[in-house]
Amino acid sequence: MSTLHTVNKSPYERNALKSCLDHVSSGDTVLLIEDGVLAARKGGAFVSALRDAGCLVCALGPDLSARGVAADVAEGIHVIDYGGFVDLAAAAKRVCAWL
Amino acid sequence: MSEMKKFLYLNRKAPYGTIYALESLEVVLIGAAFEQEVSLAFLDDGVFQLMNNQDASGTGMKGFSKTYRALGDYEVRKLYVETESLALRGLAVDDLMPITWEDEDEDYAEKPSIIPVSKAELAELIAGHDVVLSF
Amino acid sequence: MSGYQLNGAVIAHDEEGYLTDIGQWTKDLASVIAKAENIDMNESHWEVVNFLRDYYEEYQIAPAVRILVKEMTKKYGKEKGDQKALYELFPYGPAKQACKIAGLPKPTGCV
Repeated sequence: MSTLHTVNKSPYERNALKSCLDHVSSGDTVLLIEDGVLAARKGGAFVSALRDAGCLVCALGPDLSARGVAADVAEGIHVIDYGGFVDLAAAAKRVCAWL
Repeated sequence: MSEMKKFLYLNRKAPYGTIYALESLEVVLIGAAFEQEVSLAFLDDGVFQLMNNQDASGTGMKGFSKTYRALGDYEVRKLYVETESLALRGLAVDDLMPITWEDEDEDYAEKPSIIPVSKAELAELIAGHDVVLSF
Repeated sequence: MSGYQLNGAVIAHDEEGYLTDIGQWTKDLASVIAKAENIDMNESHWEVVNFLRDYYEEYQIAPAVRILVKEMTKKYGKEKGDQKALYELFPYGPAKQACKIAGLPKPTGCV
């Protein structure tokens, strides 16, 4: 059964995203929220790590918009809204927060 | 009675700099009173929580490192520590406090609570618990 | 600030009666606190209070009642490590009330 991993810190400031990606299992989903969405901007240093994670990567639209990066999300990252967040949480067996 | 849920507490922050470590410990102690199987995992800076010879007396903060040794009384018997996190910080398991639990079925024999695990093993542990709580 | 009277000194406590500075505890003070709690200290009371202080010294926490019962049983036998007996000694809860007399903070998890 799968895990929904949430990451809410910028990868440029903390190692939450790196640590998260080091501990995902196949079939898991990674959801970037709050400052975590900064990892999703194209051209950023963590885009390739997200692509290589081997699992579905999503970013929360309202948090992207708030930070002015909604139009520049790297390819392969799915933008979802709050309803999508709820769906992911409900579908997952457990939620693991990387703070 | 419903099946006992397996809880895993993920600890990723060093003690004293933020309140996370102490809060985690308090939640664990309170949560252990309920019908739960509780295990702890220490990774990233969280491994510093288990350092031997901590002395917070000079900081004006309450030291709580000794409290980890009470966890066995609360039936918290598995403290997983990620070896890669230790190695990155120049640490080994020997640098951590000895923490044990008493096995009532074996005349209260003291058994080690600290279980070194690899990154990959910790990923499997996360996938194997019903609830993961992060601090 | 409110406090316990001991030999002319006032020892501060919080609004629930727990010592503000646990370093001020003495056996004499314990008797004063006990009196305020309407408890007449006998040997059995002291066993619990001393046990709690030893536990706190070793682990920096006051144990939950369940742990107190378990550990008292291990140390003093089934008769002492009995929840009912402990409540008879400390009607307002062995952890809560005995910790107050032992000069310790309120146990973690107590409301």
